[in-house]
Amino acid sequence: MSPYTREKVAIAVLWAAALLVLAGLLAIIIFLVIRGIGVIDAEFIFGMPRAGGRDGGIFPMIVGTLSIIVIAIAVAAPIGIGGGIYLSEYAGRHPLSRIITFGAEWLAGVPSIIFGLFGFAFFVVFLGWGLSILAGGMVLACMILNETIRTTQEAIKAVPTSYRAASYALGATKWQTVSRVVLKSAAPGILTGIILGIGRAAGETAAIMLTVGSFMALPTSLFSSARPMSLHLYLLAVSEVHEGAVARAFGTAVMLLLIVFAANLSAHAITRRFTRSLR
Amino acid sequence: MHHKLSEWVAERLLLATAMVSVVIIAFIIWTVFSAGLPLINEVGAFNFLFGMEWRPGRETFGIFPMLVGTLLVTALAMMISVPLGVLTAVFLAEIAPESVRNILRPATELLHGIPSVVYGFVGLMLLVPLIRTYLGPPGFSLLAGAIVLAIMALPTIITIAEDAIKAVPRSYKEASFALGATHWQTIRNVILPAALSGILAGVVLGSGRVIGETMAAIMVLGNIPRIPASLLDPIRPLTSNIALEMAYAPLGPHRQALFATGIVLFIVISLLIFIADRLRRGQ
Repeated sequence: MSPYTREKVAIAVLWAAALLVLAGLLAIIIFLVIRGIGVIDAEFIFGMPRAGGRDGGIFPMIVGTLSIIVIAIAVAAPIGIGGGIYLSEYAGRHPLSRIITFGAEWLAGVPSIIFGLFGFAFFVVFLGWGLSILAGGMVLACMILNETIRTTQEAIKAVPTSYRAASYALGATKWQTVSRVVLKSAAPGILTGIILGIGRAAGETAAIMLTVGSFMALPTSLFSSARPMSLHLYLLAVSEVHEGAVARAFGTAVMLLLIVFAANLSAHAITRRFTRSLR
Repeated sequence: MHHKLSEWVAERLLLATAMVSVVIIAFIIWTVFSAGLPLINEVGAFNFLFGMEWRPGRETFGIFPMLVGTLLVTALAMMISVPLGVLTAVFLAEIAPESVRNILRPATELLHGIPSVVYGFVGLMLLVPLIRTYLGPPGFSLLAGAIVLAIMALPTIITIAEDAIKAVPRSYKEASFALGATHWQTIRNVILPAALSGILAGVVLGSGRVIGETMAAIMVLGNIPRIPASLLDPIRPLTSNIALEMAYAPLGPHRQALFATGIVLFIVISLLIFIADRLRRGQ
């Protein structure tokens, strides 16, 4: 084969690989949407489950998912943003920064079932919170922390040095510069990270299973057990085959997909506006 | 003076938040190890790792079939995921027109964002029945798991490999073109070798994702703790062992054995993360 034929074959193979990846994603989405979109209506979203979830709606599950997300974000956002600021503005070449960065990377690689074991042993048993949305939210906070730190760092990196220089030239101190100039221009980027964290938290299941329980009623306090949508989907899918359960599982899967879609889309929209405004 | 104090407080507070992830890692190690090590000490590390039988009712705890299951499904998934992922990364970094890239990159992000329980559900509803009908029962199999987990590892491999390829200095490429090499020759002989350690880091982290995957694994692998004889046999990976039995394992040796399974999993994953970190810094 001449180098030019090879070139053509190789490029065709590269195109094929990329199209195969796209086709895989499309197949997953189309399959779920065809079987699940018809299930979703007002009764499904706002109704209470009946017959162990085989009939009725998933309102308590939606509330369960939302409550653990709120807890997770409320805890992870301030800590992650603080950590990101420290790493990009203060740490410099300090040896500690290497340890902290590696710790965050390590945390990002720990499987969710290990987070589940940790959450169970620490929040549920050791702190005595029981299977609860508080325990689940705290575990989720630990799981999305790395992403918050990383996106904060990236957003801060994108802030032009001239902004900082201008602030210092006006006599501002370091903290004044960071809090009033750097953070302000990095805010959209940081928000993107938080939104993606919401998407991740909504779909998390294994850690939730060991820390939130699977109680189907509406949660009434931070210490209530609940059954978030992701866990509900799993329990419906592996329960004995029942038409109503399968239909509701598809509906729940599409709801989760919609949340992830919405998170990715809004993250993109923010990024696009932000990069334009910087120019 | 007032300014100096607030500067000092701000820096210390920020340092404290930055330390949280390290503290969490320490807490994970402390809680999981202290709950699982007593059992490993009692049974013996060798018997625990290489024991062929897992019978919590008889207090027999051997995880060897699950170790083998995890390794097999990971190896198979990587056989699909690595070529597909690296080719896609090369495509994104070198070939793709702007318009295609603008579709493919968000698509990769979406693949990354889809929850594992949703992947497992699609596998359970689509792939498992297909395998059962066309290749033979039970459908819950090593093969089903390898395919589902391969798709899940793709975004990690694509993203990290693409970054590695894009980090190759432009001058390398220009030198190769100047010598009369075609684009593909340049990719193969110059860009890929230069990006190799970064690509390997992506492969290692992708394997980590497969090894640690729980929900998708539970839903399609069949969960029988036996060494499989064929691609169509069910297996039980380490992750599923914990998730399946934690819900009912009473306080005592059974629960300790699940934490001990977690210790093994944690050590394997941590080794992979160390290796990937080394590889990435090597580039």
